[in-house]
Amino acid sequence: MRITQGTFSYLPDFTDEEISLQVAYALDHGWPCSVEFTDDPHPRNSYWEMWGLPMFDLKDPAGVLLEINECRRAYPDHYVRLTAYDASYGRQTTALSFIVQRPGNEKGFRLDREETSDRRVRYRMHPYALDRPEGERYAT
Amino acid sequence: MRPPQTALPQTATSQTGSPAGGPPPEVAGEPPLPASARIDLDSERKASQADEVLDALDRDLVGLTPVKTRIREVAALLLIDRVRARFGIATARPNLHMCFTGSPGTGKTTVAVRLAELLHRLGYVRKGHLVSVTRDDLVGQYVGHTAPKTKEVLKRAMGGVLFIDEAYYLYRAENERDYGQEAIEILLQVMENQRDDLVVVLAGYQDRMDSFFTSNPGMSSRIAHHIDFPDYTGPELGSIGRLMLAREGYELAPETEQVFADYLDRRREQPRFANARSVRNALERARLRHADRLLAHGGEVGRDELVLLRPEDFLSSRVFIDT
Repeated sequence: MRITQGTFSYLPDFTDEEISLQVAYALDHGWPCSVEFTDDPHPRNSYWEMWGLPMFDLKDPAGVLLEINECRRAYPDHYVRLTAYDASYGRQTTALSFIVQRPGNEKGFRLDREETSDRRVRYRMHPYALDRPEGERYAT
Repeated sequence: MRPPQTALPQTATSQTGSPAGGPPPEVAGEPPLPASARIDLDSERKASQADEVLDALDRDLVGLTPVKTRIREVAALLLIDRVRARFGIATARPNLHMCFTGSPGTGKTTVAVRLAELLHRLGYVRKGHLVSVTRDDLVGQYVGHTAPKTKEVLKRAMGGVLFIDEAYYLYRAENERDYGQEAIEILLQVMENQRDDLVVVLAGYQDRMDSFFTSNPGMSSRIAHHIDFPDYTGPELGSIGRLMLAREGYELAPETEQVFADYLDRRREQPRFANARSVRNALERARLRHADRLLAHGGEVGRDELVLLRPEDFLSSRVFIDT
């Protein structure tokens, strides 16, 4: 199941060139970019691991793309996303965020049904990937 | 000093100029021109707006003929490469990493700033900013600190020019566990692999750069342009001084000219002479004495008194007293 989240989630995955253009747009607005990765793509998992600190004072997208590629190399089977922060509101505000890498085999989710008191039913989303330990979840 | 140019009849439509400061529009997407097409180099040159930077270089910087020649050659090459690209002739991106050597105060940093602007106008770098760093900005203080630090600087410089002042400090021969070596390795890797993204300019004094390159042959071979900045001659220093004064709104009184020339001659003989920087310092001190003299004298002043530097402003210098 193809996971969609963030800006442009309705579009096919970007090429590196398209990523560069988006990064250039962010940098032109003065938004520092940051690279994050995870292998737990549950929609409520908002805090992904940071790949280094957010990159400040950059002028050109090449530096961001360099880090994206480093992260891809280190975690070839993880989700990697790029986040651009707009600090002009005086707080860290995500202005732009999209997935730049996804594992080859996205395992998807199943719905767990649980019967609780008074015949009430609760539902739970369970990523199949979470059945395996961290780091091996999308390994082929 | 101008690169040879041939005026060709203009039959192909040349690209229109872009707003000042911006890179010319990309031509990569267009289909190649037919082999019979002709391109007017003059209008290409105008469109690139490189001449403005080159002329400013000529105007604002005194002397430095070898430097200006080399920079003109680089500009000509990039321009011709762009024209070639429009015919679909494949050219590898020229290697423009440079090394500036010369005594203190010969204008290495100033030229680097101009170079960044020039490369931007010719479309070689995308942004054209200059990131000026020294050893402190690249080398960390403990294990594992250097690589992120160096990379951060490199990322900031991408799309522009990275200027490493006194680059020989990166390598400390006396301490083999020095983290400088790590910074050099990362630098080399990026210089080789990301040639499209940034231009690295190393600067330093001739003799120490030589020994730096001896111990880092990989660095030397990755730098195509070794440019030596010659020391200024006496008359050149004089015109530098006058340029500086004009910028600050001062003038030399006619009788001061000779005193100033004498001053420069004497100062050059002294140790720690730093070319244009020493001239600047001398003028700063002359301004102090000038202000002090006016106040001590009191009374009314006119524009002339406020602008003219008189011989005594220089004569009371230590340079004249010592002898």
